[in-house]
Amino acid sequence: MAEQITDTRIPTVIADELHIVYRVNGAKTGKGSATAALSRILKRGEERGVRKVHAVRGVSFIAYRGEAIGLIGSNGSGKSTLLRAIAGLLPAEQGHVYTDGQPSLLGVNAALMNDLTGERNVILGGLAMGMTREDIKARYQDIVEFSGINEKGDFITLPMRTYSSGMAARLRFSIAAAKDHDVLMIDEALATGDRKFQKRSEARIRELRKEAGTVFLVSHNNKSIRDTCDRVLWLERGELRLDGPTDEVLKEYEKFTGK
Amino acid sequence: MSETTHDGGVAVSAPPSPDEGLSAADLAAKYGLAVSGARPGLVEYVRQLRGRRHFILAFSQAKLTAQYSQAKLGQLWQVATPLLNALVYFLIFGLILEADRGFTREVYIPFLVTGVFVFTFTQSSVMAGVRAISGNLGLVRALHFPRAALPISFSLQQLQQLLFSMIVLFVVSVGFGSYPQLSWLLIVPVLALQFLFNTGLAMIFARMGSKTPDLAQLMPFVLRTWMYASGVMFSIPVMLEGKPAWIADVLQWNPAAIYMDLMRFALIDGYGAENLPPHVWAVAAGWALLAAVGGFVYFWKAEERYGRG
Repeated sequence: MAEQITDTRIPTVIADELHIVYRVNGAKTGKGSATAALSRILKRGEERGVRKVHAVRGVSFIAYRGEAIGLIGSNGSGKSTLLRAIAGLLPAEQGHVYTDGQPSLLGVNAALMNDLTGERNVILGGLAMGMTREDIKARYQDIVEFSGINEKGDFITLPMRTYSSGMAARLRFSIAAAKDHDVLMIDEALATGDRKFQKRSEARIRELRKEAGTVFLVSHNNKSIRDTCDRVLWLERGELRLDGPTDEVLKEYEKFTGK
Repeated sequence: MSETTHDGGVAVSAPPSPDEGLSAADLAAKYGLAVSGARPGLVEYVRQLRGRRHFILAFSQAKLTAQYSQAKLGQLWQVATPLLNALVYFLIFGLILEADRGFTREVYIPFLVTGVFVFTFTQSSVMAGVRAISGNLGLVRALHFPRAALPISFSLQQLQQLLFSMIVLFVVSVGFGSYPQLSWLLIVPVLALQFLFNTGLAMIFARMGSKTPDLAQLMPFVLRTWMYASGVMFSIPVMLEGKPAWIADVLQWNPAAIYMDLMRFALIDGYGAENLPPHVWAVAAGWALLAAVGGFVYFWKAEERYGRG
């Protein structure tokens, strides 16, 4: 239906006055004794003993098809939280996110188990991302080859806990990058591993970008933002500080961070 | 609701478009965008869940394997753990407390072991259910799948665990003179019904546990009370002789007791139908359906809120 409208850009993600609040149990400052906790539970009503962290405060923007959007900001400014909210993984406290199809985060770390062999983790991770068994079988060899796990011997049949941290990160990336996405979101520090693997994964991200409709990239590396994104959202303390073409926003951002 | 404004004022170089002035909701409606992470309808939810059946199975098997992967004896513990469990209960209730009133030794030992295994199945499903969401927030916040996949997967893991225990149970039964016979086939429907019941219960506790993780601390006590009240190591009618009849009735109708009794009836030669309450199969099916359907709907009602910690 959207195709009939010419000369307009087609929105794929709309964030409307979005607020995200985390609730942390048992982190209330002040009295931390057991009796204090008990009295908090008994005095119901206003959620006591729960500390709220307001991570995203009233962010609004519209992303269009074909855009690659960078998200920048200092640590803890709400970038990853915003991504998760767009993906519908974190419920909004206030406001809405509208999306075209199902945006997905690039990453499967949480579904993998260190006690299982790399082989079984490839299958488990693929299934967790919603691939079918046939898809996984077809791509299995590519995933293992891409990760380069077997370059140093038959490591794929060993439990993941025996891997070095670099090897584990490589396998995780390889599994995550095996699926095509419509709205793709990439969190920082994905290109891990040695220099050779970094180059390979950057190429793979570019490939994924081409196939995806809209891309969000969270990164602290201004160069990779400049290389891949044509629009940048700058978040600071959960608020959208600037939204515009990459060069303009990055210039302001670099001034702000004193580079 | 207002049209998007760009803080700081650097607007994207957008030409004036017919979309100007539309509110975010209208714009979303115009281009067919849906609220991200909204709860699907019940039918659609079941369909999505069906699409994830391979993940549910693979996840439960992975959890099961990961459990003992660091042990030297490895997967042998799948069988050794229930065997040791049965031995401990036999030592305490069979030899020390002599709770075997009303039974011969040939009946009591399989009676006790069956009770322990069947109750453990429900018990561990509930405990796994409590942590199904709250213990897997990382997964919930990273990937999309119908969240019911988690509690279902955990009860499936417990079912597989129980199948290993059944090996021990068969050995014990044969060892005490109950040989395989046609009635052993009844084990299949009993297990199926109990699995449905457990899964429903796991989904109920998964939702409650996601809101109140404290349940993980509280539930062991509730479950232990339930265990002692369900006649795991003694016969309810024999133990409650002389007490008002309704107490025994209530205890016997409780789902844990029902599934245990049915399993004993199927397995043990000397444990006949006279030990079962009337309409026992209808009650077993009723509990299973009530828990499964009720638990599923209850869990689904909060689907969009599970990511919030």
